[in-house]
Parts: sequence; structure tokens; C-alpha cells
Amino acid sequence: MWKKAYEWLDERLGLNAMYTNLLDRPEPRGNWWNTLGSASLFLFIIQGLTGIFLTVYYTPSPDHAYDSVQYIMNGVAFGWLIRGIHHWGASLMVIVVFIHLLRVFFTASFKYPRELTWLIGIGLLITTLGMGFTGYLLPWHQMAFWATTVGTQIAGTVPFVGEFILKALRGGPELSALTLQRFFAAHIWMLPAVLAGLIGVHLFLIIKHGESHYPSQDE
Amino acid sequence: MSGSFGRRDFIKAATAIVGGVIGVALGVPAIAYLIDPALRASAKEGWVPILKVEDAPVGKLVPFSFTRVQVNGWERTSTNFGGYVLRKSEDPNDMLILNSRCTHLGCTVNWKEDAQAFLCPCHDAKFGRDGEVLDGPPPKPLERFSEFRVSADGLIEIFFKAG
Repeated sequence: MWKKAYEWLDERLGLNAMYTNLLDRPEPRGNWWNTLGSASLFLFIIQGLTGIFLTVYYTPSPDHAYDSVQYIMNGVAFGWLIRGIHHWGASLMVIVVFIHLLRVFFTASFKYPRELTWLIGIGLLITTLGMGFTGYLLPWHQMAFWATTVGTQIAGTVPFVGEFILKALRGGPELSALTLQRFFAAHIWMLPAVLAGLIGVHLFLIIKHGESHYPSQDE
Repeated sequence: MSGSFGRRDFIKAATAIVGGVIGVALGVPAIAYLIDPALRASAKEGWVPILKVEDAPVGKLVPFSFTRVQVNGWERTSTNFGGYVLRKSEDPNDMLILNSRCTHLGCTVNWKEDAQAFLCPCHDAKFGRDGEVLDGPPPKPLERFSEFRVSADGLIEIFFKAG
């Protein structure tokens, strides 16, 4: 019965072909450094799931942000675990994405025909850093507040358009409720949407071109 | 490879087992996290001391008030309640405890000695000594705290229920 149901689905969805193309595609040679992209994807999914769960209690308002985070940590069952994974996963994701970049660089995997995969990867790195920057403000404690004050000030030193960038980031000349709200919007809607889109193209290109093999001596 | 458990089978099985363990280890806390507020015992009910017996002479309406603090997540809301104690005789169990919340729209009624009635400032409602409606719009008499007791150290306590 299950076999028949599976065959019915496979005929219409192409499950077997999907499996072969996604999970059973040929690899040049087993190497743990080649797993860092998958590790980044895994961390992205973990961050997405724990982040969705955090929004159940987190409130992005200066009156409630700090208290709601304290409540998640001390009041809610396993809140410490969900936020702990999100907190440490964030740092880990930046590290893993960066080592992934280094591996691609040192194995020269960014060369023809994978230049676009590399460029999109750069976009993914920048967006990941943006996630870190916007997420850092959300607990609304002293460290978060001053880190964002300094961070946006640095952006404000850009010649000519610096003041505009600073105001656009802060939602005004000062750090305020508007800053918290727009960082929250960027952190849970805009940047994740950009990340998900770029990841989709990145994965498509990887499957299209296959894994790169290491350059040999005469290459 | 027929019949034998090859390397690919091992990888598949290991992935399924490790994935399953991670899924359960994260899934169960995630569900607990979501339904946590529904599992909390309501802290609304309880015995509340309102007055010393010696401060309530027999036959006299004595006002009292108390505050209940409600904790919802990280928010604390305190609500004030008030009422009157009327001891009918020396027997400590023979008393009437009225809630001073008007049954019309919830304003606080006050005992007026000269009118011999509880008067509501909002819509001129009038209640008698036992809380019965004398005049005005209220649909029913003043609420009574019917569950009360006198503690060992001489405090009148009422059993407070929410709502």
C-alpha cells in the first residue's frame, strides 16, 4: 500500500529524480571541508526555527524588549534553550560561513564556471553579518544599546552620505523605539527573505555545476 | 552488496538516527515552550486577610480593601478590591461580607450613615444594609464574599476567586 502511494507521488513529483539530484549527486572526493556549506544551511534553518519560536514571547518595544527576553530566559519552559541555541548559533553561523568562504578561496572553487556562486556567497556572508548586527540590538540591554550606537556611528562616518545612512539605520538622529522596531523588521523579515532567496540560487548553482574538484598539479 | 549492510546503508541509518535524536531533543522542548502559559496554575484564588475581628464591632459596617497582583508573563497588574464587613452577632461566623463593587457598571459604592444605604456615585444606585437593591439601575444585590473564616490570630479572611 505504501509502495503504491509512493509510486503515485513519485510519478507526479519526481521524488526519485529529486533524491538522486539533491542527495545522491557525485562528489569529487570525500573531504570534511566540503561539508561547511551544508553546515551553514543547517545553521540557517536552526536559526530560523529558534527565531520563529522566540517571536512568540519577544516584544520589540523599549518598554518590553528587555523584560520579555528576561522572561524567555527565566520564566518560560525551555526558553533558555531556545534562546541559547539562537544566541550561540548566531556566532557559530558567522564563523562557519567565513570558514566556508576560506575553503572555497583556497581550493580555487570560485573560478569558471562558478563565479556567480561565489558572488552570491559574498552576498550571503554580508547578509549573515547584517543578521548578526540587527539581532544584537534586540535584547535591548546596555551592551546591545551601545554596540548599536557605535555601529551606526561608524556607518555615519561615510563621506557625504554618512548622516543620511545613520538616520536611515536609526530611523532618526538618535537610537529610539524606531531603531528597535526597524532592526526587528530587518532581522525577522527583510534579511531572512534575502538570505532564503540567495540560498535558493546558491544551491541551484551548486547542483547545476556539481562540486568542484581540487586543482591538480598541472592546473 | 545484496543482503549485506553496506557503507551507504550505514550512512543512511546513522543520519536517520542522529536526525531523529536531534529532532526529539529539540521538538519536545519546543512544544513545552509553546504551551507553557497554558500549563501554569492560576494564582488568582486564595485566602486573603482583610480585617482584624476586634476592629469590626458587632452591628457596624466596617470598610476594608485589599490589592491583588496578577502576573502575566513579565507584566504585573494590581487591582484594588474593597467591601464592608457587618458582624451580626458575637459569633465570629455570623457575619456578612459585601463587595463594594456596584453590580450595575462596577463603580465603588459607599455606605452613607444618614441615608442608611450604600450609594453609588455613578448612577444613583442605592443598596440596603444587606446589599439588597433599594433603588436605581442595578440588576442584582451587592455581591457577597460567602467563603470566609477567622484565623487563629483573629484575622477575618475571605476566599478570593477571580472574576
